[in-house]
Amino acid sequence: MAHIQDGLLSLPVLAGGGALAAAGIGLGLRQIEDRAIPRIAILAAVFFSASLVSIPVGPSSVHLLLSTLMGLVLGPGIFPAVAAALALQAVMFGFGGLTTLGVNTVNIALPGYLVALAIGGYVRGAAAPVRAALAGGLGAAAAVLATGGLVALSLWLSSSDYVPVARVLLATYLPLALGEAVVCAAVIGFLKRAAPELLLPQTGAVAEAEA
Amino acid sequence: MIRPGDLRLRLVSALAAILLMTPVAGLGPAACYLGLVLALVLAAERTLPWRRLLHLEAFLVLLFLTLPFTIPGETLFRIGPLAASREGVLRVLVLAAKVSGSVLLLSLFFARAEPARLGAALRALGLPEAMVRIFLGLVRYLGLIRAEFARLQDAMRMRAFRPGSNRHTWRSYGNMTGMLLLRAVARAERVDEAMRMRGYAGRFPGSALPPPAAADWLAGAGLVILAGLLLLWDKT
Repeated sequence: MAHIQDGLLSLPVLAGGGALAAAGIGLGLRQIEDRAIPRIAILAAVFFSASLVSIPVGPSSVHLLLSTLMGLVLGPGIFPAVAAALALQAVMFGFGGLTTLGVNTVNIALPGYLVALAIGGYVRGAAAPVRAALAGGLGAAAAVLATGGLVALSLWLSSSDYVPVARVLLATYLPLALGEAVVCAAVIGFLKRAAPELLLPQTGAVAEAEA
Repeated sequence: MIRPGDLRLRLVSALAAILLMTPVAGLGPAACYLGLVLALVLAAERTLPWRRLLHLEAFLVLLFLTLPFTIPGETLFRIGPLAASREGVLRVLVLAAKVSGSVLLLSLFFARAEPARLGAALRALGLPEAMVRIFLGLVRYLGLIRAEFARLQDAMRMRAFRPGSNRHTWRSYGNMTGMLLLRAVARAERVDEAMRMRGYAGRFPGSALPPPAAADWLAGAGLVILAGLLLLWDKT
């Protein structure tokens, strides 16, 4: 849904997205310790698989982004994880594009990373799983709408002819935001009860579950 | 000679060609681009990847449906009170040609590429080692994790779970995803242990890729030069 294809965006937007994505990936790679790389890769595979499940919302169904959850579990590792997943989708399955890889990575990963930064402390500290789940759900909805806003912004910055579409686009993100909020809240509630240490960024040498 | 055999050259030439086509705004060059890529695909594979071509993102559909009506210009046809402009229809055709051409090009170059070889090519092009290993790890474990997802979904179906638009469904999917995350971390622990047991010391052994053949250089350069010529045509 947030996969912009090749051939739509202008060169400055592509370059800006690429630069931002490179900065985010650099930040993520610096934080990931060498021994955590397989863990980040396997977690990225889980998020990728989860986003392939279609979830019924009202009369339609959506594929989740899970960006807030990724931000919580992967920390800045969300940038390389999303970039790897998008690269795989672009070259192997034909979703998204090669030149838009940077823009798409930023559109999905940046809101997830920022929302997780904002709510992370509260979610990890909350005594009641319900409160953590509620905060996570609200954050997830906000991140999805921010992704919609960024996709619209990428189109708008590329050509003023895209403006009417960019406005309508946000409306199509509403069911996704709803589904995302509820599922994300459920995952966070589950993790709070079953494995609260998983809600810390899994970028260290030893899994937090062990420590 | 149709496409470079070397994945490094494929990556670089595809990226360069698509970037060169990005500013193209004329129907002639855009249609030529699509025709050229179509010819390459048909010559190499004799069949078109219809599923990829027909896959349209939601906003692409929106864009194609609304652009004829929102771009002002000479009226071409009317639907009720809405007037479709010549300029708008032209714009949609150009965009459709560029998007389809790029989708076909990526499919021709990479759909059958082995992920491991793609990883080696990315490494040779100077991508950080950690990024390449995350990519390869994702590719390696995606199949396993998806199978695990499918098993959990099967188990849910066996217990008469039917997905619907309700809280129970969303919570069940949430619990399932949480469970998968938990298992993934345990799996990562085992993977890490297994790797260290076998003497992993922070690097995978691997030999440098051989330099690409002359024919590969020719095919890669040919594609980029053709894209450059189309851009030149568009801008003059």
